[in-house]
Amino acid sequence: MQLSMTATAGPGVPVAPVREPIVEVRNVSKLYGNTVVALQDIDLSFEKGHLTSLLGPSGCGKTTLLKIVAGLLQPSSGEIRVKGKPVNGPGAERAFVFQDFALMPWASVLENAAYGLKVQGIAKSEREDRARHYIGEVGLHGFEKKYPHELSGGMRQRVGLARALAVDADILLMDEPFSAVDEQTRRKFQEDLMRLREVENKTFLFVTHSIEEAVYVSDRIVLLSPRPGRVSEIIDPQISREISPDDLRRDENYLDTVERIWTGIKKYVE
Amino acid sequence: MTSMDIHRMRNTADPGLFTRALRSGLPWKIASVALFALIWQLTAMSGFNFAFPSFTAMIAALWEMLADGSLIAAFLRTMEPLVIGLVFSIVVGVGSGIAMGLRSDVEWITLPIFITMQAAPMAALIPLVTFVYGIGLASKVVAVVMLSLPVIAMNSYKAVRNVSPSLVDMCRSYTGTRRQQITQIILPAASPMMFAGLRLGVAEGFSGAVLAELLITPTGVGDLITYHRSIANFAHMYATIVAIVLFAIIVVGLLQWVEARLFRPERRE
Repeated sequence: MQLSMTATAGPGVPVAPVREPIVEVRNVSKLYGNTVVALQDIDLSFEKGHLTSLLGPSGCGKTTLLKIVAGLLQPSSGEIRVKGKPVNGPGAERAFVFQDFALMPWASVLENAAYGLKVQGIAKSEREDRARHYIGEVGLHGFEKKYPHELSGGMRQRVGLARALAVDADILLMDEPFSAVDEQTRRKFQEDLMRLREVENKTFLFVTHSIEEAVYVSDRIVLLSPRPGRVSEIIDPQISREISPDDLRRDENYLDTVERIWTGIKKYVE
Repeated sequence: MTSMDIHRMRNTADPGLFTRALRSGLPWKIASVALFALIWQLTAMSGFNFAFPSFTAMIAALWEMLADGSLIAAFLRTMEPLVIGLVFSIVVGVGSGIAMGLRSDVEWITLPIFITMQAAPMAALIPLVTFVYGIGLASKVVAVVMLSLPVIAMNSYKAVRNVSPSLVDMCRSYTGTRRQQITQIILPAASPMMFAGLRLGVAEGFSGAVLAELLITPTGVGDLITYHRSIANFAHMYATIVAIVLFAIIVVGLLQWVEARLFRPERRE
């Protein structure tokens, strides 16, 4: 199986094979302008219902890979399969959360959260009901009529998340969603994301450059190395979900995993 | 967020007329106009130029010209080439600007024309226009178009180009069609800069119309200015100039209002 291939690419502990792949990346390469190799021969499978992080230093192509999976970019070679079918564009089963939130400044929180449904042709009353539900779910109840410029960065990203949840996609693609948010908000956000995972039965692909964040939120971490972007290691942080968020940051296992990833990444950071 | 912010955000009850006027800065605007009038008056009283009337004399002349209808008649004459020229510039300018922003082949063919038009000193070309189109309405319309079209087209083009790519990606990622991307994302996102171009274009159109009337054949407002200057009726000359400036400000302000109504509900307060 392709996963065992990639898993042996790194020196780490062997990881469990993917039983039920919902997204498969097959031999994907991406070149920019024939010379810059952003991604080279990426072969990955993503387990249904799991949160997988793509982690790596800047320039390793993690956002490029996520955008290829989203169908926003075309790979130079290779293919993407979602639920077993090859795709070459965006689809309703995938929803994207943007690093810069990508909210329409002229639209209210409600209109922004309902926008994905509007594009998909859902009637106004139904899409507003569903958007309202998810606005409450992400903790923005009472802010439906506000405009993005009246919200803080963290609140804006919550609107972006509500929009992605409202379309009821199976797969949520998150591109460094918390990087433009301050540290305190970020921790709260991560905890809320963990809670949402329990409620919503979805698969998450999560791009981040923060090792701690990846270890904290992920079932599996895919480490990418830069120039050209390749899979260097796959790690399953074996962290019990029972531990409270505050204890977790002092957990032996957590700290060891963070250390191990940092050792693997260090050589790429000048 | 501080409690003060929350208080401000929640406080959306309809305020009285007085507080609304205060908040919109109306007293400051009135004060600024009053200060301008005062400086004008004092400058005239210091006798710095024999052709410079006092503010009060100018207002009296303005009132007189409004009352006898000469100002209105002149404006109506000037409006004709202005309106025809502006309608043409807005339709063609916005249309080609959007097309250039969206399609690189249109950009390749059309953009150099507008860059040249914007760089060329158009006022110098106006006498040339009379050779081709004579001294009638056509040359005046051409003068208005020459001045207003490039800035409208260039701003529309840049506005479309400056739309955040991630907003367009957002629409695409939710399986938005190209049509939805354009009508629901690109046009509203581009509208502030496009309207800034329209305001500049309309202002340029006013100069085009008046320039044409001063340089080609004296009619309308241009005639009124020339006539009152020739008979040393300086208060009336200044009153005409003030009137055209005021009129341009009103039109530009109206455009701003239209923009907020059409595209940008978050700017409405």
